[in-house]
Amino acid sequence: MNFKSRLVPLPINNVDTDQIIPARFLKTISKQGLDRQLFYDWRYDAQGNPKPDFILNQPRWQGAQILLAGDNFGCGSSREHAPWALTQFGFRAVISTSFADIFKQNSLKNALLPIVAPPQAHAALFALVERDPNAEVSVDLASQTVTLPDGGKIEFPVDPFSKHCLLEGVDELGYIQKNEAAIASFEARRPVSINTLG
Amino acid sequence: MSHPRTIIEKLWDAHVVHEQPGAPSLLYIDLHLVHEVTSPQAFQGLRDRGLKVRRPDMTLATTDHSIPTTDRSLPIIDEIAAKQVAQLETNCRDFGIPCFGMHSEHQGIVHVIGPELGLTQPGMTVVCGDSHTATHGALGALAFGIGTSEVEHVLATQCLLQRKSKTFEVRVDGTLRAGVTAKDIILALIARIGVGGGTGSVFEYRGSAIRALTMEQRMTVCNMSIEGGARAGMIAPDDVTFAYVSGRPYAPKGAAWDAALARWKQLPTDDGAEFDRSIAIDADQLEPMITYGTNPGMGIPVTARLPEPSDLSDPLQRDSIVKALRYMGLEGGKPLLGHPVNVVFIGSCTNSRISDLRSAASLLKGRKVNPAVRVMVVPGSQEVKRQAAAEGLPEIFRAAGCDYREPGCSMCIAMNGDQLQPGEYSVSTSNRNFEGRQGKGGRTFLASPLTAAAAALTGVVTDVRTLL
Repeated sequence: MNFKSRLVPLPINNVDTDQIIPARFLKTISKQGLDRQLFYDWRYDAQGNPKPDFILNQPRWQGAQILLAGDNFGCGSSREHAPWALTQFGFRAVISTSFADIFKQNSLKNALLPIVAPPQAHAALFALVERDPNAEVSVDLASQTVTLPDGGKIEFPVDPFSKHCLLEGVDELGYIQKNEAAIASFEARRPVSINTLG
Repeated sequence: MSHPRTIIEKLWDAHVVHEQPGAPSLLYIDLHLVHEVTSPQAFQGLRDRGLKVRRPDMTLATTDHSIPTTDRSLPIIDEIAAKQVAQLETNCRDFGIPCFGMHSEHQGIVHVIGPELGLTQPGMTVVCGDSHTATHGALGALAFGIGTSEVEHVLATQCLLQRKSKTFEVRVDGTLRAGVTAKDIILALIARIGVGGGTGSVFEYRGSAIRALTMEQRMTVCNMSIEGGARAGMIAPDDVTFAYVSGRPYAPKGAAWDAALARWKQLPTDDGAEFDRSIAIDADQLEPMITYGTNPGMGIPVTARLPEPSDLSDPLQRDSIVKALRYMGLEGGKPLLGHPVNVVFIGSCTNSRISDLRSAASLLKGRKVNPAVRVMVVPGSQEVKRQAAAEGLPEIFRAAGCDYREPGCSMCIAMNGDQLQPGEYSVSTSNRNFEGRQGKGGRTFLASPLTAAAAALTGVVTDVRTLL
């Protein structure tokens, strides 16, 4: 996972999953077709027309693959529709100082990289975009770095297992299934009083 | 055992199936709750891979999020919702999972029926594709929300790949004063630590004020752990817990009960166990709480003034408050008391249990709601509805002028048509006040059932203590 992109600045703290994709769009039984619903209530007015002042509607930001957001991105519900909508729109990474736990896990399972930047570097990225909206940064998962136009680097943490899965294309469910023997033996030694619906 | 452990560590240790260096632990799940919204793509995943559900006997489905709360003998008008509900029923039939669907006598909000049926028990790991799964931690279970990919993992293997969370002690000592409730404890905690305060952690709620809570009140507290950023929140089981579980339909019986009880009594945190973080709250000092903003951390005592953005030095924090106050149509520095309210919603997995309805009814009995306010009361389950009927609560609500409805998530998440109109204000007993959460453009003040009932009577944000 290695790509270069401009940064779309969304300087808002605690962006919740109800903003990323409002709950009324969760009645779908498909994973697909969610790109239009991304940030729907911020993106469109009551008639469904794009709001020109919302950043994702501005032509200059089209095609950018990195969302630069405020602290604690993705708080709220467990809906995996949030990373589905973000990736279908074209994002491959979100940079923040922190992410909500469930959103972070959901993102890593959908090849959306949640990049945690230290507060100072995070602020510097916002300053960079303000100075030069066309500035591009490079994201490299293997070396866990974001490289700035001036060559400066921001290192970011990634769970080593998630990194391995993303880089090698490992299927997590397949990985769990390889532990069949351990699962069966765990079940065999459960206390009999564990109740079931059976 | 070697070193003293918290209940969180004990449950973790008891459910680790496999550990491998460099990889997350494989954790066994004792109870998997499923609902219509976050499961269809997971079942499709199983079909695509030709997999079965490993333990249908440890899996239970219900419909709650997208179903109407109106007359259940009528079909669902929303075609997309109808298709989703039908898909859940098909999936449950195809994969052999018990489903308490729309017409079941056990239907209800997933986090209400789990404990109510005795399915949720101390010492269990419980997951659901829903962040308010934290609710079940009130019984001393390790319970947390998961995404749809993880729903698929658990359906297929009954296991999840997980990293151990940090432990976060929330100690609440003292005695709650009249008019102050479990909801106020959790709103006060979140106001203090913020919506990201517990990220990466599991809360354990402890202390004399927690011990004094009933089981349903404990569920209210644990329910909103996720609103403080923690995936799970737990309360060690005690006699209150055991008395609650005993005799419920799926609770162990006879010798199995005795064996379970012996195990459950080993669960509480050992003396001397250490937490990664701790916070203390003085219950005596708490007041009825209410949120004013667009996340659950934006809460104040109901008598307090709104924050002044200019008092904040951090620009992003200041912007958050400015943006929230603008969305809410409020002015910094002013009191919230006396602010007009259009809708009162009493319901949700936070506050729709029988004790919540009793609490609201105690205030509404023999009184009339303000005619300018639309008041919706939505019981959490068919069982809550039956119990409420036996106690004459629907008559109290209807006589007061409330709309008393069928069980479901309803206006907490506004997926089913129960929603605010743009610009409307609600006092809601639910758990989230995010922009548009209760309907596009709607504005939510989160509070306890007592505070909500008080607003229903007066038509404005009210300190319930003036009505007691």
